[in-house]
Amino acid sequence: MPAEPRTADEPARRAEESARRAVVAVWRIEAARIVATLTRYTGDFALAEDLAQEALADALDQWPTQGVPRSGAAWLTQVAKRKAIDAWRRQERFAARVAAMGLELEQQQDAATDAVPWDPDEIDDDVLRLMFVACHPVLSPQARVALTLRVVGGLETTELARLFLVPVSTIQQRIVRAKQALADAGVPFEAPPRAERRQRLGAVLGVLYLIFTEGHAATAGEDWMRPDLCREAIRLTRILAALQPEEPEVHGLLALMELTAARFPARLDEHGEPVLLADQDRRRWDRGAIRRGTAALARAEAFGRGLGPYGLQAAIALAHADAPSLDATDWPRIVDAYEALERIAPSPVVTLNRAVAVAMADGPQAALAIVDALAGERSLATGHLLPSVRGELLARLGRAEEASEAFALAAERSANARERAVLLAKAAAGR
Amino acid sequence: MQYMLIMRSNDEAVAAYREIPFEQVIEAMGKYNESMMEAGVLIAGEGLSDASEGFVVDFSADPPLVTDGPYGETKELFNGFWILEVASKEEAAEWAKRCPLGPGAKLEVRRVTGPEDFPADNEWVQKEEGWREEQAARKAAGTPGGSAG
Repeated sequence: MPAEPRTADEPARRAEESARRAVVAVWRIEAARIVATLTRYTGDFALAEDLAQEALADALDQWPTQGVPRSGAAWLTQVAKRKAIDAWRRQERFAARVAAMGLELEQQQDAATDAVPWDPDEIDDDVLRLMFVACHPVLSPQARVALTLRVVGGLETTELARLFLVPVSTIQQRIVRAKQALADAGVPFEAPPRAERRQRLGAVLGVLYLIFTEGHAATAGEDWMRPDLCREAIRLTRILAALQPEEPEVHGLLALMELTAARFPARLDEHGEPVLLADQDRRRWDRGAIRRGTAALARAEAFGRGLGPYGLQAAIALAHADAPSLDATDWPRIVDAYEALERIAPSPVVTLNRAVAVAMADGPQAALAIVDALAGERSLATGHLLPSVRGELLARLGRAEEASEAFALAAERSANARERAVLLAKAAAGR
Repeated sequence: MQYMLIMRSNDEAVAAYREIPFEQVIEAMGKYNESMMEAGVLIAGEGLSDASEGFVVDFSADPPLVTDGPYGETKELFNGFWILEVASKEEAAEWAKRCPLGPGAKLEVRRVTGPEDFPADNEWVQKEEGWREEQAARKAAGTPGGSAG
């Protein structure tokens, strides 16, 4: 490493940066519990989130100069509670309530400040409520993603902006609007009623999967993958699996993510170009992730109720993970899983994927029939998937001209710069 | 990134630990492990049995000298480890600081290397990955989910 020019300020600057990173680390770990505790304390999720962010800003301001407190979580929670009381005082409302809470807070200050600032028996339920609120159906998918990563994942606004390649102001707007929408709809800080629970859990899983796929198949920008986003999605899903261990689909989703992420080390070549499953060096697959994914899928299967859509996709991913090569893959097992998936969650994309598996199990001709039957599907009419699969099948059948046309069409429809380059190369190869 | 928390204790810490009721120790460690599991960061971890059951292979001698534990003049013993998947070194430090250990105990925290730390075309790196693969396949074969489809 080249020696950096040293100034008298250098050690101080380093200490400051290290304290700033300590704040961010504590925030990642504790944000959900802090926001949940404050929501319970104030009875107002939007206010709680504001207060938590203000406390975070204070920490970023003060810890670098005044030192990192022994319990960062207790410090942040107390600062936020004091801010709540100040706000209420300014509004000259809830006089009696403020007096009571102020007293409580002062008593807490006298006690050990490193005590856990929440009730351990209630906090898990509160974090789960927080997840349900952040993924509430009144919110747009984008808003759910931003809110979940911010309040449950403890990601800073700047980090969110970096991950989603948008300006900080865009993320701030999304958060403000999301909180307003929740307030307008009068969404309570409660777990959904029993009748809605399964559906609402599905919404939470959908948000987590959306975060994962955005990192895995980036729809915008120049990069093929944003692994940071995938890691956040996996972390949040692990949190949910710990909170809802009795839900097989949570384990199914976790398995799907782990098994998909296992292939990441082999997914790009040394020039940063994508490598297809067929050409991936399977020795580079992450065996630790495969082991964790296998275990999560076993937990989902252990309920004996059959697998849900995520579990079935995980089973497909596991069939790949188990195979030493593409040719040695148990393709009939994958075709079966896709058929099961089509029964419980039919979609043209699933059928298209089954066609790819059929091509491997029974040859391209059988698969082309399935693909051509999808020609009228409106949901596939604008994306690159259908022509790109069609191109592959035609190429395998030796129909080079038609394959080129299909790849060219796919390239035209692709929004990802790198993906487009690969498709154009294939189109050129056939000519 | 992954970090390994390596627990090291000196004789004083080991003696002090023996004074605490075993159930209390298990409960404190259990809570610590649970908090890391609930936060989605715990990847692996194991505790090690008493050093008297272990031995040391010392390469100062040729052939290497095998000595039964607890290793004579050694000042600190390695007692267990955790592997965490976190976003930063500071996050690993935050978790390490929460470990329920007392005076005389230390956690050494080290980043776990991945394939990106080694040249991909090295013959021995490839062989090691092949070996890992076989081992994982054998493990998976023994798991109910391993043959599911």
